Order: sequence, then structure tokens, then C-alpha cells
Amino acid sequence: MTGQPNPRSRQDQFGRKINRTHSPLLAHLLPWATILFGSLVPLMPVIAPGPILPPFGFMLMVAWRLSRPGLLPSWAGFPLGLVDDLFSGQPFGSGILLFSLTMLALEVLEERFPWRGFWQDWITAAVVISAYLISAAVLSGANPGLHHMLLILPQIALSILLFPILARVIAWLDALRLTRIRSLG
Amino acid sequence: MARPSSIRTTSYSKKAQYSAFTAYLVAALGALIGGGLLILSLMKPDAFADVRERAADVASPVGRAGAAARVGGQDFFSAIGGYFSAGRQNVRLTREIEIARVRLAEAQALKQENNRLRDLLGLTHGDVKPVAAGRLIGSTSASTRRFAYVSAGASDGVRPGMPVLSPRGLIGRVLETGRSSARVLLLSDSESMVPVRRASDNVVAFAEGQGDGTVRLRLVNLGINPLKKGDVFVTSGAGGLYRPGIAVAVADEIIRDGAIARLLSNPAATDYVLIEPVWAQQARAIVAGAPIADAEAEQNSDAAAPTP
Repeated sequence: MTGQPNPRSRQDQFGRKINRTHSPLLAHLLPWATILFGSLVPLMPVIAPGPILPPFGFMLMVAWRLSRPGLLPSWAGFPLGLVDDLFSGQPFGSGILLFSLTMLALEVLEERFPWRGFWQDWITAAVVISAYLISAAVLSGANPGLHHMLLILPQIALSILLFPILARVIAWLDALRLTRIRSLG
Repeated sequence: MARPSSIRTTSYSKKAQYSAFTAYLVAALGALIGGGLLILSLMKPDAFADVRERAADVASPVGRAGAAARVGGQDFFSAIGGYFSAGRQNVRLTREIEIARVRLAEAQALKQENNRLRDLLGLTHGDVKPVAAGRLIGSTSASTRRFAYVSAGASDGVRPGMPVLSPRGLIGRVLETGRSSARVLLLSDSESMVPVRRASDNVVAFAEGQGDGTVRLRLVNLGINPLKKGDVFVTSGAGGLYRPGIAVAVADEIIRDGAIARLLSNPAATDYVLIEPVWAQQARAIVAGAPIADAEAEQNSDAAAPTP
């Protein structure tokens, strides 16, 4: 009866419990940091001949929003879109507008369809990403022609296919976000 | 289906209800402000250039490190590939160098003749000296607009309007400058328009970007389309931004009023790019017979004024 206690009783998926606690800084900063990092992708050494890469900043925001509702405040689209505008090449303001509208749209969608699941999240993300890319192309300041719209079809397809992988990474980062780290006292 | 119990609902607490309401209000306000800024920047594209360039300056070390890695990586793989094709390449190069020697002699003769004709016309000649050299450190690869960032800025003497060249030809022109980085409008952007002519004769056209790495050549003189697949186009010098004779594109697909052309210098494959001064001042100097050094001084004084 007085044997060793189960060693796993003092730890859970976020690490050991004794002398360790969650870090509020890490828990609150990590989502913002990853999204801002995604917005810096245009500075990656890929000199693309056309719009090929998915909009990482936007997709990371949607992924965080879908996996942890309530973690990002509903006004998060404003600051995140502002930073995205500085690097994306879109006219200034298009990111602010589209990111903000997306956050509001996701709130409305969640009110209407409150369930969660892999397929529902993927379909939601697919709709939102397609809408974002099409509106971004229309608002890019170039003459919107049929040619332009055809140009973004591969990008839309790639972004939608990439989303589950990105959501998986976000789930992993979410666990990292809540890891217990050594605390004094 | 029943509503899941995990749904976030605001409680009966007035405070919680107010804070949720305020968050929505701020979000809607943010969207409105974004819309306003967007309209402003669509009407006046350079309205926020300052903020953008400062941000690019801050973040450009990331891109610079990445650019070095990209070029280094290419070298690494081509070095490995080289071992496999060394023998074949040696034979081919030996053959090529024999032909090249003959061509070189011919070229020298042509150069002499060229110099003689220039003297006859009273034109001074000198190579255009580049303003700065830099690396392409990134591009807007997720947007339908085609911009690139280059690692040279106002502190190197770069000004808006200056052409950006790779060893293979024209890449684009500088649009906005920061202190240590600049934003380049690539030729394939749909707002880019370059006056060109066919290298073999004087068929003039406009090269208009299509946003996907190709340009559309629109002939100035309409009529029977004289273009053929494989025609090389160079800048004509009209408009005053680009000096004449820089390679631009090669016609790939003939259409009714011109051709779809592939760009000769693929920005993705370039290491260093050169930024040259705006051509108009050089041209004026050549016509006036003044030495090039004066033209550069004049251009630096001009650069403070906004270029059209």
C-alpha cells in the first residue's frame, strides 16, 4: 500500500508539475509571434515569378483562431493585417481590412455552426482562404482581368491543401505554448 | 444536433457582456479604418512608402542571410553535379573556345569600326557606371503584385526610377527606397511597362507585365504582325529610364497584336544585381558632349526632386 507512487501522476501532457508552472508570457505571445513570423515570408529567399506561395500570415491567423477560439481577440485582425501589409506587396490597408473582416466572419460562422471537427475546420478554412486570395487579387491595385484570376487558382489550391498540415503544426505549438517551465518559489 | 456545451457564451455579468461588445466594436472599426487606408493607398500608391521601407530596412538582415544561403546552396549542388559531367564538358568547351577566338577577333574589328563611326558623329562614349550593387533579398511571392526587395538603399545612392539589371538583362526598376533596402517593381508586374524594340531591327513595342513571369509585347505600329517565335527584344531607350540595348525578353507565343514573351533574366536565378542611374541625364550629357562625371553630379542633384 505504501509503495512508490505512480511517477506519471505528477505530470501531464504539458510536463512535470512540481516546481514548474505555465508561463503567461509564452502562453500569450506565441500565437502573435508565429503569425507575425508568417507575415515575414516575403523576405524568404524565394524570388517567385508569380503568386505561388500561400499567404502564411493569414493562414496562421485562421489556424490559431479555429484551433483556439477566444485566444486571439476579435480585433486581432487590425494589428496583424497592418504588419502583413508592410511586407506583402498589397496596397496598404488591404491586409487590415481583410484580416479584420475574416475575424468577424469567423465569429459569425462559429455562432451559426458551433461544432468543431477536422472536416468542418478544413472547409471553413478553405472558404475563408479562397475569399481572402480572390479579394486580395481584386484589391491589389493591378487591373483585375480574367488572366489574373486564373493566375491565383494554383495558389488557392496549394493553400487549401497545406492548411491541415499547418493546423497540425499549430496544434503542436499550442502544446508548446502551455508547457510548464521551471519557476522559483 | 444539439449545440455543443463547449461554446463560449457571455455570462449574465454585465462587465463580460460589455467587454465582448467592445471587442466587436473595435474589430468593426479596424475593418473600417483598413478600408479607408486601402482607398487612400489605391488612389495614391506611394502614400505609405515611408513606413513600408522602414519596416523593410529593419527586417532586411533576415533576407540578406537567406539570399546568401540560396546562392551558396546552388553553388554546392552545381559543384557536386560538375564531377559527373567534367569530361564531356571539357571536350565541348575546347571546341567552343576555338570558335570564340575567331568571334573575338571579329568583334574587335567591329568595335574599332564602331569607335570610328562614333568619333565621326561626335558622340562621347563611356560605359554607364552602376550606382550600386546588391542582392535580391525577397519578393512578394504570395501577392498578385510582383515586387522584389534589393539589399541596397538610399545610403548607397539608390533613387526611385533607377533600372535594376542582372548580368542577363533587365529585372525592373526601383520604386521606393529605404536606407539600406529598396523595393523593385519587377518587369512581370502588371503595372510595369517598358518600351522595347526587336534586337535585329527597329520594330518597336511595349513590354507589359502579366504577373506570371512573362510579358506581353504590344506592337506600337499595328498591321501585319512581323514577330516570330525566338525574336529577342531589348530596351529602346524611349521614356528615358532605361538605356537602350538592355536585353529584356524573347518572344514565345505569337498573338494577334504582338507576342507573349519570356523574360531573359529570371530574378530567381540571379545572385547580384546592379542598379544603374536613370538614363535621361546620361543621354543629355552624351548629346551635349559633356563627360559622364558631370552627368552623375547633375543626376544626384536632380534626385532630390521626385521622379515622375
